[in-house]
Amino acid sequence: MLQIEDLKVELADKEILKHIDLEIHPGETHILFGPNGSGKTSLLMTIMGYPQYKITGGKIVFKGEDITHLPINERAQLGIGMSYQRPPTINGLKTRQMVHLCAKTDIDEEDLAARVNFTEFLDRDINAGFSGGEIKRSELLQLMAQNPDLMLFDEPESGVDMENMALVGKTIATLLQRNGFQEANSTKMKSKLERKKMGLIITHTGYIMDYLTGDKGQVLYDGMLSCISNPREILNCVAESGYKECVRCITESN
Amino acid sequence: MYNREQLRERAEKAINKKGAIGPDINLDDFDDAAVPHSYLADEDLCQLPEPEQQRLVMAGMDLTQKNRGGTYLQKDTEVIHCHTRQDGIEVIPIKKALEKYDWIEEYYWKLASVETDKYTAAAELGLHDGYVIRALPGAKSIYPVQACLYLDKDGLQQNVHNIIIAEEDSELHIITGCSTSPHMKTGLHVGVSEFYVKKNAKLSFTMIHNWAEKMLVRPRSVAEVEEGGLFLNNYICMRPVQSLQMYPTTYLKGDDSTARFYSIIVGSPGSEYDIGGRIFLKNQGSRAEIISRAISNGGNIIARGHLIGEVPDIKAHLECRGLLLNGGIIHAIPELEGHVDGVEMSHEAAVGKIAQEEITYLMSRGLSEDEATSTIVRGFLSVDIPGLPPQLKAEIDKAIEESDKDVM
Repeated sequence: MLQIEDLKVELADKEILKHIDLEIHPGETHILFGPNGSGKTSLLMTIMGYPQYKITGGKIVFKGEDITHLPINERAQLGIGMSYQRPPTINGLKTRQMVHLCAKTDIDEEDLAARVNFTEFLDRDINAGFSGGEIKRSELLQLMAQNPDLMLFDEPESGVDMENMALVGKTIATLLQRNGFQEANSTKMKSKLERKKMGLIITHTGYIMDYLTGDKGQVLYDGMLSCISNPREILNCVAESGYKECVRCITESN
Repeated sequence: MYNREQLRERAEKAINKKGAIGPDINLDDFDDAAVPHSYLADEDLCQLPEPEQQRLVMAGMDLTQKNRGGTYLQKDTEVIHCHTRQDGIEVIPIKKALEKYDWIEEYYWKLASVETDKYTAAAELGLHDGYVIRALPGAKSIYPVQACLYLDKDGLQQNVHNIIIAEEDSELHIITGCSTSPHMKTGLHVGVSEFYVKKNAKLSFTMIHNWAEKMLVRPRSVAEVEEGGLFLNNYICMRPVQSLQMYPTTYLKGDDSTARFYSIIVGSPGSEYDIGGRIFLKNQGSRAEIISRAISNGGNIIARGHLIGEVPDIKAHLECRGLLLNGGIIHAIPELEGHVDGVEMSHEAAVGKIAQEEITYLMSRGLSEDEATSTIVRGFLSVDIPGLPPQLKAEIDKAIEESDKDVM
């Protein structure tokens, strides 16, 4: 389980997250909405442990351990993984090597790459000249190798064409053990009970929800999680009246 | 026998001429008297003392010779092993070639000029030996030929002259290691090399150097490439050296001729490197590429590159990347010279430190900060070299891997 309590975060001396409370239970996936600049990526980066996001208050607990001040790599080893929007290129480091670095055990990178249609990129430098959609598939491939228990996805749909959207969506659903992508010989109910993977997905378009229904939707507005509701309802509300109205309507009705 | 009287006269005039660039060396500080060593049979190579074997293996030598098409091994001033294992590929000590073969006259000092500076002059006046490696027309290297110039005697000035000829339609791969014995402290290596890549021939020349900390090194190399020829030149130096200065020149003098230079240098504290490549593109369709990777962890590195486009329809690119890990200086000097319309020339140079976001990206996949750093450094040093046989690529990777602990 991930528990965030009254989290306050500064980036370059500017407060960007004012007050965050969030609980993600084993098996749950939350969808994170919010206007540009509201701090969604910052929240993910803070959970991952990026040192430039300075925690000035509150705490983060993962699997019962206080990780508020744990370095990034130790969080990764505890089972937190992230799919980035704009990961850096590392010259000379082949995607194939990167996939091996992600896996703690021996893996068949050819087999994993085939699943995200990425075989021909294995011998290219990681992220070098990758298109938006290629970055997504590369990030998913790395997460497949890493197999973390909590996965943070920063806008997994952006830059992905319609054809690849299905691939990206289904792969994420599989990674999170969701929506009919259960193991063979298992019923839907049983697979829901056995599901342990946790997810936090940033989306603007909601396309990802065609492939997996989140358990909860969250709206990050003005540095605070301002609404918890059914993710589809949030999406509809935002589409109709915009974030400002949406947040107001829910705050008032509460 | 080739009468070298005229060459000697010209050399005499240059004995005090300083090099155009690089710190000056007082040749009186070194002794160039012959050091006798006995010739080794094939089986003796594997009987060399363990520390010596290690130094040779690090420089890319395969002492079993199983995967080599020929071997030239010179210790100090003497040739201690020289023979070829493949028909069509000749490996001859240059002194023997000068005595026995008339054809050597067409190549000896025909590209490099004996009066260039005091080092070329010394190489002529005090020539110890060197190798001539020649692929006959149509011959194709199955295994690379290996050559090693080994220094054992402290304070020695080693003067060598090498000539490499890839005849028409041949394919020749050479790996050369220069190395010093573990107890060696100081010495001077002067090496003149002339490369002839003839019509449609392909030559790859991979140098892996392991010098001693107080070694001074002054190679002087010139190459020419004829129509359709390819010259691939790789230089790897990851070990400390006091001063190394070289600026090899290549003339692409045939249509569609190509030269590609790759260098990987790690500069340790107290080491000074001035390394570059200059390529003249003199015919249509010529292609040139100079790619260098330099890491300094305290040493001073000057990385030069100079491309000269003299005719239209040529393409040349220069790429120089430097990484400062722990002090030191990296000075990139890329030069492009286009003399006519229709040349296509470009360069990119970057000097900096490891990007923090690359480190954190890898850390978020579970690597520690140190593991992330060394992964990035290894990536930085690993350069794709199209056309290089996998075996030689493996030797380069091995040299990088070996030096990994020193770099960090």
